[in-house]
Amino acid sequence: MSAKKYFSLIALITVLYVAFLFLTNASLDFYTITVLSNIYIFVILAVSYNLINGVTGQFSLEPNGFVAIGAYVTALLILTPGEKLDAFTLAKPLDFIAAIHIGNPYLVLVISGVVSSLVALTLAFPVFRVRGDYLAIVTLGFGLIIRFILINNPQISNGSSGISGIDDFANYIMVGVVALITVILVYNIVYSKFGRAMKAVRDDEDAALAMGVDTMKIKTLAFVSSAFFEGMAGGLLASSIGSISPDQFSFMLTFQLLVIIVLGGLGSISGSIIATFLVMGGMEILRVLDDRNFEFLGLHGVPGLRMVVFSVLLIVIMIFARRGLLGDKEIWELKK
Amino acid sequence: MEFFIQQLINAFSLGSMYALIAIGYTMVYGVLRLINFAHGDFMMVGAFLVYLFIALLNLNFFVAVGFSIVLTALIGVLSYKVAYKPLLDKDAPKISLLITAIGISFFLESLFNLLSNQLVGENTLAFMAPSFFSNRIEIGGVGFSVLNAIVPVLTLLILGGVLFILYKTKIGIAIRALAFDISTVKLMGIDSNKIIAFVFALGASLAAVGGILYAIAYPSISPYMGLMIGLKAFAAAVVGGIGSVTGAVIGGFILGIVEILIPGFFPSLGGYKDAFAFILLIFVLLFKPTGIMGIDFEKKRF
Repeated sequence: MSAKKYFSLIALITVLYVAFLFLTNASLDFYTITVLSNIYIFVILAVSYNLINGVTGQFSLEPNGFVAIGAYVTALLILTPGEKLDAFTLAKPLDFIAAIHIGNPYLVLVISGVVSSLVALTLAFPVFRVRGDYLAIVTLGFGLIIRFILINNPQISNGSSGISGIDDFANYIMVGVVALITVILVYNIVYSKFGRAMKAVRDDEDAALAMGVDTMKIKTLAFVSSAFFEGMAGGLLASSIGSISPDQFSFMLTFQLLVIIVLGGLGSISGSIIATFLVMGGMEILRVLDDRNFEFLGLHGVPGLRMVVFSVLLIVIMIFARRGLLGDKEIWELKK
Repeated sequence: MEFFIQQLINAFSLGSMYALIAIGYTMVYGVLRLINFAHGDFMMVGAFLVYLFIALLNLNFFVAVGFSIVLTALIGVLSYKVAYKPLLDKDAPKISLLITAIGISFFLESLFNLLSNQLVGENTLAFMAPSFFSNRIEIGGVGFSVLNAIVPVLTLLILGGVLFILYKTKIGIAIRALAFDISTVKLMGIDSNKIIAFVFALGASLAAVGGILYAIAYPSISPYMGLMIGLKAFAAAVVGGIGSVTGAVIGGFILGIVEILIPGFFPSLGGYKDAFAFILLIFVLLFKPTGIMGIDFEKKRF
């Protein structure tokens, strides 16, 4: 595809998609809009998580840590000093924390992403000395350590109570547009020179090293860019929910994302997007199982049943669709 | 000095519980090269089943413990047959196996959450153990509970038992052969499925023992308790050297000592207690990745 054709295709998709966003924003009810915005945020998360986990093949379990960092940075920046004094119920905020304030939501989101990727950069050196399962455990530990830091430093994060009253700037349209930008950027990374190096690292790290690929640099690049988008998505999540606490960013979040990218097919961007809609939509539909008034074949819904059914479905899907829906292909490559 | 000895006894007691869970991790990893994420939940299942047997069926504590251990072992075998074996047979990518493992973990957590909410009415329960476990013994100014005295001894006995099985019985030789080279073992006509199922049963029942002891020591149990303790036990297994049963016990003891002694001497670090395991893990992986007693399973790890 020539560069001109490629740009006109992207422009066309953008126009159609933004038109779709405005149309749905005007016609759908509040509940559906909320669910859809949440799904768009998860598209950002899934696509960027796929970059490190699917494309580069590093089994990392870090997203909840970076999402938490992004969410807290956004919350601390967007609240005015006066609002912060009200929001911090457990301890008085540090002078520095209370003083910082940036009003522009776009700038706040970018800063959240940058802070996350800086943390990722410092983390990459110790983390990528190990591979495979060990990487999984170390990155999982990172997410937990972030959580303990948030809980134990109420003067920075208001401890386990979290921060509420965050400005609701992340509306449906904005979240949708950020999701589109993320998908386009990640797609361009994957099909660039760096993307090919990432795939080489995934397929055979030693061979890639022998061919002159600086594997450490490539892994760090994938990790840092994925952390940037995760931090930004964290900011969007904080703003769209309105309140954040350390418990929101538990391992469950990472697990949901892992399910999404494996179901969609590791390394497939379009697969991740489809799977995000399937999993997040499915979780929403399964919500009826928790409702006592729900009745099916004489059986009533019971609170807690949803997670049981979800985990059983997950195991069944994994047994029958071992390489996910699309494998490592994109949806338009399937016929090839 | 007395304070130190007292803390040390507590540390060994806590470390023993980690050790019992770590043995299962290390053995499953040894034969399948799989982090069995559901393993931490087996300890929760063990503790919950004891509670449910006593609360609903009015069983004697020790009878309930016996039933619970057997049932947890069965659940362990079942999880292997249902979730891992179909994937192993088809040579699925390792990440799918890890996801089904996490799937089993969530299944057990949400199942027991549902069960305890429906049967007992709440999901955080107060574990009732016979009172003599908390009787205090005092020797030369050092006071500790009966439980804290029993647990390390019991753990060392169990370690002896596991080592006996591994090194002196036929099935133990098969387990070690399986850890060494799974495809050759299959060629030699050994039913690897049966051996792996045995490893799961043994691991799950030891996790149940660990879980019950943990519940006696810290009597508030919840369906999600296994996640954190399981991860810490895995960290202990890596510190001790994954694949080595003795290493798992040593790693458990080290973790217990770190978790009890550091907050004991620096109370301000108490809030970070749960993070120590991972900091320790990261240091071990950076400087001695095979752990203390470890065997270098994958040369490709670096």
